[in-house]
Amino acid sequence: MSTTEHTTHDEEDAGRRDFLHVAAAGMAGVGATLAMWPFVDQMNPAADTLALATVEVDISSIGEGEAIVIKWRGKPIFIRHRTAAEIAEAEGVALSDLIDKETDGERVRGEAKWLVLVGTCTHLGCVPLGTKSGDDKGEFGGWFCPCHGSHYDTSGRIRKGPAPKNLAVPTYAFVTDTLIKIG
Amino acid sequence: MAEWETIAPKNKALGWFEERLPILSLVHNVVGPGTPTPRNLNYWWNFGSLAGLMLVVQIISGIVLAMHYTPDTALAFDSVERITRDVNYGWLIRPMHANGASFFFIAVYIHILRGLYYGSYKAPREVLWMLGLVIFLLMMATAFMGYVLPWGQMSFWGATVITNLFSAIPVVGDSIVTLLWGGFSVDNPTLNRFFSLHFLLPFVILGVVILHIWAKKVSDSGNPLGIEVKSGADQIPFHPFYTIKDAFGVGVFFTIFATFIFFMPDAMGHPDNFIPADSLVTPDSIVPEWYFLPFYAILRSITFDIGIPGTDIVFIPAKLLGVIAMFASILLLFALPWLDTSKVRSARFRPVYKILFWVFVAVMVLLTIVGGKKPEGIWPVLGLLGTAYYFAHFLIFLPLLGKYEKTLPLPESISNPVIKAAE
Repeated sequence: MSTTEHTTHDEEDAGRRDFLHVAAAGMAGVGATLAMWPFVDQMNPAADTLALATVEVDISSIGEGEAIVIKWRGKPIFIRHRTAAEIAEAEGVALSDLIDKETDGERVRGEAKWLVLVGTCTHLGCVPLGTKSGDDKGEFGGWFCPCHGSHYDTSGRIRKGPAPKNLAVPTYAFVTDTLIKIG
Repeated sequence: MAEWETIAPKNKALGWFEERLPILSLVHNVVGPGTPTPRNLNYWWNFGSLAGLMLVVQIISGIVLAMHYTPDTALAFDSVERITRDVNYGWLIRPMHANGASFFFIAVYIHILRGLYYGSYKAPREVLWMLGLVIFLLMMATAFMGYVLPWGQMSFWGATVITNLFSAIPVVGDSIVTLLWGGFSVDNPTLNRFFSLHFLLPFVILGVVILHIWAKKVSDSGNPLGIEVKSGADQIPFHPFYTIKDAFGVGVFFTIFATFIFFMPDAMGHPDNFIPADSLVTPDSIVPEWYFLPFYAILRSITFDIGIPGTDIVFIPAKLLGVIAMFASILLLFALPWLDTSKVRSARFRPVYKILFWVFVAVMVLLTIVGGKKPEGIWPVLGLLGTAYYFAHFLIFLPLLGKYEKTLPLPESISNPVIKAAE
């Protein structure tokens, strides 16, 4: 009788000990996992990198048909003063012809002649040609990425090649008619 | 596994130490006189030790370079030029490190091809093979980050293209890329962490090399006949026989290596990397180092989406598919011991596999050429065909060969390689 009681007592005890072991190991595991986070997150952009996130640009000197490149957050930004023909071409494209469907109107923030884009190809991040006069502008008169052959139109939309998306439009606003703030 | 011999040094102090840490016995049993090794290893078996030696060359030259290099976007390029021009013997050590990477890959590629030809990956050496692949992957990561450090145009744009591969991952891709960069483009934080990791990874490789050699010790060396050792008559001690043979190989290999260092130190580099990095100008074409070209060709060969034809529904966009194909081409090799179902190891006794092996080598050469060309004209088509063949070789031909190939009779033993007529 006493032996049986003893065994039962032991089994109960064993169950409790197992629970304590599993719970303690579990908590230690969770703690160790959480402790790893600072060592991962330190790789994300630091506060000073984030602080460099806005820039103002005077666009009054860009003539019609010309474009400039400025640097924002380490990336090139294309600012293009489009001609009437280029605008008409961008607006005239049927949505069904596009890979990443966006109207030209969704891609400009002020007058239709100003187009502001992040100048990195959405394929693997090269800078497409087409901003400087004399550059290869690709088959659609916008930009051409020489790395893997993506063609963008006069609205910066992907038309042909391996890139999956249109050139991104950064967050920006017109401060005055000739001054824009990016970021 | 061979018996483990302990050695008792005559020197008293050495004996005292050996009793407490038997390190001499370890060497004796792994690469010494106490290491019975198949007697028929040919010169293709030299490239393992050559690869190990190149790792040592890279670590020593790299540590010295790190004493003079500055990982800062404003100073990195000039500090590397200064090493070449002003630092004592910098003209020797920098090309030694840069060409050393290439020669490390040459040794490793030949070592891998030897494994493929002689079936070194088959049971019981699967883990040995997979540890080798882990070393190969670590080498690729290390070499890629090392190439970024001089901060030339190819450094910068190579880093941009390769880190952007991760943006193809659905949902979290862009966050991962930002995490890798430590900013919104490849910039100073990226350069700093690449330097740190480039310093770390060779020592991780060294650790895996030790496991690789340990696994070799457990399963014993393979041999050109691909049959197991039957008796002591099949074996000779590693030292002095193979240490001498390896040393001769080192002489030949280093002669070629030295020719590059002294007479054409930049032959394998890209001229654009002598232009300091400029984040606003992409070079005319971005080309990785030669040892990455076949995999770069596989990446670029995929230019089509997978989806429902005739609709806009896309399951896997081309960019992601290319990235998957590139990583799969290497990860696939981990499954090779099970994809190749033939019981016979060595290609000497596999007439069909022998042909396919050389076709495979030719396809890898083709992909290397394609990877270095601009994606225009015939090259993308050849790239796609080469990629298709690469996967077909491992996923279709090898499993089928195991079933249908008529192999030649295997010799009785290594010491008695002539097949006796049936009695």
